Amino acid sequence: MRAVLIPILLALAVPAQAAEDLGDAENGAKIFKSQCRTCHMVGEGARNRVGPQLNGLFGRAAGGLEGFKYSKSLARAGADGLEWHFDTLNAYIDNPKVFASGTRMNYRGLKDAGQRADLLAYLRIYSDDPANIPEADPTAVGTDHTVAPEILAIVGDAEYGEYLASECLTCHKADGADDGIPSVTNWPAEDFVVAMHAYKDKIRPHPVMQMMAGRLNNEEIAALAAYFETLED
Amino acid sequence: MKLNRRLFLGATAATLAAPMVNAAGHGKPRVVVVGGGAGGATAARYIAKDSKGEIDVTLIEPSRTYYTCFFSNLYLGGFKTIDDIGHTYGGLASNHGVNVVHDWAVGVDRDAKTVSLAGGASVPYDKLILSPGIDFVDGSVPGWDLSAQNAMPHAYKAGSQTELLKAQIAAMPEGGTYVMVAPPNPYRCPPGPYERVSMVAHQLKMTNPTAKIIIADPKPKFSKQALFEEGWQKHYGGMIDLLGPDFGGENVTVDPGAMTVDVDGEVIQADVCNVIPAMKAGRIAELAGVTDGNWAPVNAIDMSTKADPDVYVLGDASQQGDMPKSGFSANSQAKVCANAVRGALTGSRVFPAKFSNTCWSLIDTNDGVKVGATYEATDEKIAKVDGFVSQTGEDAALRKATYEESEGWYAGITADMFS
Repeated sequence: MRAVLIPILLALAVPAQAAEDLGDAENGAKIFKSQCRTCHMVGEGARNRVGPQLNGLFGRAAGGLEGFKYSKSLARAGADGLEWHFDTLNAYIDNPKVFASGTRMNYRGLKDAGQRADLLAYLRIYSDDPANIPEADPTAVGTDHTVAPEILAIVGDAEYGEYLASECLTCHKADGADDGIPSVTNWPAEDFVVAMHAYKDKIRPHPVMQMMAGRLNNEEIAALAAYFETLED
Repeated sequence: MKLNRRLFLGATAATLAAPMVNAAGHGKPRVVVVGGGAGGATAARYIAKDSKGEIDVTLIEPSRTYYTCFFSNLYLGGFKTIDDIGHTYGGLASNHGVNVVHDWAVGVDRDAKTVSLAGGASVPYDKLILSPGIDFVDGSVPGWDLSAQNAMPHAYKAGSQTELLKAQIAAMPEGGTYVMVAPPNPYRCPPGPYERVSMVAHQLKMTNPTAKIIIADPKPKFSKQALFEEGWQKHYGGMIDLLGPDFGGENVTVDPGAMTVDVDGEVIQADVCNVIPAMKAGRIAELAGVTDGNWAPVNAIDMSTKADPDVYVLGDASQQGDMPKSGFSANSQAKVCANAVRGALTGSRVFPAKFSNTCWSLIDTNDGVKVGATYEATDEKIAKVDGFVSQTGEDAALRKATYEESEGWYAGITADMFS
């Protein structure tokens, strides 16, 4: 039952939104001071107290800090693969007891989504810096992925497509040569759009392309298709 | 009509509206790019190509042949020749009309808007793009300075240093010791030192299998650590020893004369010692007065510096937020910057900033891994939006495909810089 419940809660807790920063870390520091600091430490010299220390929280397995005695509930969630990222923390802080019924965190929850985002932006500072360890968690919230049925009808803006294509051309060669990365030059626009949405919807399996397509909206995909269809080397 | 209005505004707004006024004074607007690597070559190429002759682009780069730092580890591992990673600037000049000047930029007068060259010339600009890569922080590894780079090479700027390091590895005595002093954050190419260790191990496994590799590292963790450690165990079991900060890796001094490395009191006799010191922005950024501390803070939206809206800094030298210092990042930033600079000088359309990066690393033959992310501009910085990283335990076919993909990327990015 719980395994089913958690994904639903996550879907509810993270509404579709335009890409933006996680939140205002400065305000998050104030929230931390008033709501969390009685039990948790974060920053230089932080150690476990009533609750675990929160350095390196993003990407940590739930119940995963050595030397802290967790509730069975959180330890089990961690063993089942739960990791703390923006989405999971957001759902947990919203209402800890609903997220993990046996948690010992006696906190009723932070109901305001904006405040949660601010608090998480503050805590994110004390996890790894993605500039140095690129696999560290995002510091901004990604665009929601949805595909409208009318997408094939969109007429692409080829000039915008030319700008967007500069990102593709880091790997895909403009002259259409395949030296280990397939050609995308002169594809029919419709095939291009279908392929990009298949990546965006994670139907086609390549992680780089899923990521690149995932943050393009329908107009941007149409713009790229329009550009690559007519590209002359 | 639009142009007239802009000129009028420029004239009335006195000193602030420099670009169009200057452009009017000498005909074409002028962009000067300093540094012909992944950031600078890309920016010069895109501005010249897309402005179709409307902007005068000068690229200042001392080297006639540019050796990419990316894939230079593969040269150390024997997977590439030095010629495979060397590129020239003929295509930028002949295909796009970039004025390529092989000289050192030694000063920037931001009031007069000129760049002075070691050869004595002074080059005027309306917009200046600095992409100077990295220099090293003096004293970061006690006992080492640039005068020791022949005894203890850094090989963190590709070319003769990389060739020297490869020759030293080939000359190691049987069962000898290779020591790497790894850099503190932030530095160029986060997985680079560890890919290098993999490539050195690959080489030694074939020619000198009883040799040892020791890494003295001040960082508690590093990029793709789980992937590298899994690969080292699998391919080079027992050859590589990592001394992190728990084992004194942050307390290292070297003696280039005696070829010794002191790790927290324990003295190691090295046959090869690869010192990768702490890094800072390439010197011209500091001379231009656009750095704050070791790096040049920039606005995420167009890579303009916080210090001067007409001076931009790309790539490793910039302090921009979440992007790692990599060739891919610099190339990505260059395109955003080129679009913005062209818009400012000619009124062409300016599109929203989007950035991306992928870093491939080779652990052993056909064992490639990657990490990547997408980014966007916020008011505060370039912020990470989404990302992925190769997983431990992936099958051999996927790792081989990842390596082949990295070769495709290399062909793609070098064409995107130089063709």
